[in-house]
Amino acid sequence: MERSEAELIAAVLNGDSTSFEPLVKKYSPRVFATARRYARRDSEVEDIAQEVWLKAFDKLKSFRGEAPFEHWLMRMTVRTCYDFLRGHQRNRESSFSDMSEDESDWLEKFAADPGSAAEDAAAAKTLIGRVMEKLSPEARLVIQLLEIEDRSVKEIAELTGWSVPLVKVRAFRARGEMRKILARMAREKYL
Amino acid sequence: MNVEELKKKLIAAARVHPPDDRVPYAFEQRVTALLAGRGEANRWVFLTRGLWRAAISCVAVAVICGAVAFFTPATRDTGNDLSQDFENTLLASVDQGEATP
Repeated sequence: MERSEAELIAAVLNGDSTSFEPLVKKYSPRVFATARRYARRDSEVEDIAQEVWLKAFDKLKSFRGEAPFEHWLMRMTVRTCYDFLRGHQRNRESSFSDMSEDESDWLEKFAADPGSAAEDAAAAKTLIGRVMEKLSPEARLVIQLLEIEDRSVKEIAELTGWSVPLVKVRAFRARGEMRKILARMAREKYL
Repeated sequence: MNVEELKKKLIAAARVHPPDDRVPYAFEQRVTALLAGRGEANRWVFLTRGLWRAAISCVAVAVICGAVAFFTPATRDTGNDLSQDFENTLLASVDQGEATP
């Protein structure tokens, strides 16, 4: 018979580490999907996911069971991703000069007629990836959660551990930062 | 170029391309093995830490004993050295036996 989440957690807390495996199996797709929003390389994504699970195991005692395990785990995942961003700020200062032909075409199409540039194009996906990489870790996290995942300020505060006013301030700054990067991208393209 | 419009377009692009949720093969088994290995390593760490604490305690006791021996004023010399005292104590019963008729 399949054991419930609460039973598995209780077993892990009683020293049976093998009971952790079904939890890892069940929630890893969500952890990996979240990690892939912040890291590009497979090895980095896997490192983040592994760190999330090791942290979850170590801090399982602090899980009180008031909220679902998934929410608790996602908070840990987002915070681990944020730590990863702070430790890997490598492409922030690079220019847009190495843009691919497809990306350039997409931008040109957008400049000529914004409606004609399709958002489901692969070039649009890689362009937003480039822009996100140039944002500061705080700005990237806020833009990802607020604009792309469409989460509320309160939800972001819970996920990140920041206060609601801090999320608002960071969201304001993040939007400004993103506008500046987009303006730079447009300038570099047409200079 | 309208930057605000471009921002909206790119955010929409990010929304229509959700990240892949694929998990590498046997990832959960690797995590469990790692946790089991860590548990074993933790036991060794625990033992090593205990031994270090015991060693530090022993050194502390030795230092205190040395300090006490060094700073305690020496008792008056009775004239006999330790070997003489030891011999007297050891042979006390024999001496007593000889003394009694």
